[in-house]
Amino acid sequence: MCEYCGCTTTPEDIQIRDARGVVHTRPADETSIEVLTGILDENDRLACHIRDHLADHRVLAVNIMSSPGSGKTSLLEATIDAIKSKYRIAVIEGDLETENDADRVRAKGVPAIQVVTGQTCHLDASMVHDALHALDLSEVDILFIENVGNLVCPASFDLGQKANVVLLSATEGDDKPAKYPVMFRGADLVLITKADLIPVLDDFDSNKARKHIRELANGADVPEVSARRPETLEPWLHWLDHQVEEVKKATADRPATHPHHHHHDHGGHDHPHAHPHAHSHATVLDH
Amino acid sequence: MHELSVCQGLIGQVERLVAEHGAKRVTRILVLVGPLSGVEAPLLERAFTIARMGTSAEDAELEVHEMPVRVWCDTCQMETEAALNRLVCGNCGDWHVTLRSGDELLLKSVALDIPEQEPAAAG
Ligand SMILES: Nc1nc2c(ncn2[C@@H]2O[C@H](COP(=O)(O)OP(=O)(O)O)[C@@H](O)[C@H]2O)c(=O)[nH]1
Ligand SMILES: [Mg+2]
Ligand SMILES: [Zn+2]
Ligand SMILES: [Zn+2]
Repeated sequence: MCEYCGCTTTPEDIQIRDARGVVHTRPADETSIEVLTGILDENDRLACHIRDHLADHRVLAVNIMSSPGSGKTSLLEATIDAIKSKYRIAVIEGDLETENDADRVRAKGVPAIQVVTGQTCHLDASMVHDALHALDLSEVDILFIENVGNLVCPASFDLGQKANVVLLSATEGDDKPAKYPVMFRGADLVLITKADLIPVLDDFDSNKARKHIRELANGADVPEVSARRPETLEPWLHWLDHQVEEVKKATADRPATHPHHHHHDHGGHDHPHAHPHAHSHATVLDH
Repeated sequence: MHELSVCQGLIGQVERLVAEHGAKRVTRILVLVGPLSGVEAPLLERAFTIARMGTSAEDAELEVHEMPVRVWCDTCQMETEAALNRLVCGNCGDWHVTLRSGDELLLKSVALDIPEQEPAAAG
């Protein structure tokens, strides 16, 4: 794991990379070039860059993923009601299932940026980076990113978030984690949503879902919540408090890397800045 | 299908290598893919036939090496093979294991067609 930003680059990877992120040796057969780089390196580098921005502004970013209709937007609405007096919240909306998700969030008095992506099945770091330019991060404590409703594609793209939250609604099968192991393996928290319906559903067993998640070598908490019953949100809100505390603590220990005011005026230069991992913006960028 | 986005990233890296080495074209690309990367090898191969069009990899062959899913158990001090959706120790069944292989999504090597350097004509 990259010490600087927490991205999943191993130290060995960094060692074998040159400043451009590529290392190659020319073996005896001179036309075959050994490379050993992540295919999504460009996305991952941009995700690291996003982490820098977020850390500079002490913003907690949470990537929320689920099947379409599992209750992501409803959870956000209920969460905003519960904590908007305590935290300043912003939302990046990538879910295309309903065009008006961003409006639903704005109706709660919270800034929401709708990512218009056409047919895409996932958000990537460049979309989030673009969306961030429309937000004043110094006015935000928690940034929720509602990903596209899809349990497959979003799992492969780092967005620069601190944590992944995956929703599994009680109206889906409790074996979903075994069917979508990549997504559920990467979850830092799994919320069983629509828990108000559990009593009337005879085929959903939360403990079975938990067992499948453990079998993905994932020890994440798996509380039951309902957007219709605010009192059930307690474990989720508690988890958020804890995450916010961690962000404040981590950034307090961290040397400032953005001494300049990074007011993005991106009219001119093109993103992503292709800078190496452990950079200091003050020296790498010439804004 | 996100495999197309993945292929575009791949082609971008390959094009940079082509430029760097003054190559004419790419003949072969070897990638390592573990199933826990979220990328499926057959979909990647199909997406590649689309993504390579009009690039220096237009005629390149994509070779996908699928990596096994292997986990390390601290208790048993041993590495075992695991199923994609049962990442538990093959010996004791414990889920407190570390993934050793299976989530790779790596560009391993690229074979380039590099024109012979003409010796500078004298006089
Ligand atoms: N009974 C019940 N229905 C819910 C709950 N949360 C969401 N829903 C319903 O599920 C549907 C999809 O919800 P939505 O939040 O739009 O899902 P998204 O596509 O994941 O954003 C809507 O009809 C919601 O009213 C819940 O906690 N309980
Ligand atoms: Mg939604
Ligand atoms: Zn997809
Ligand atoms: Zn064991």
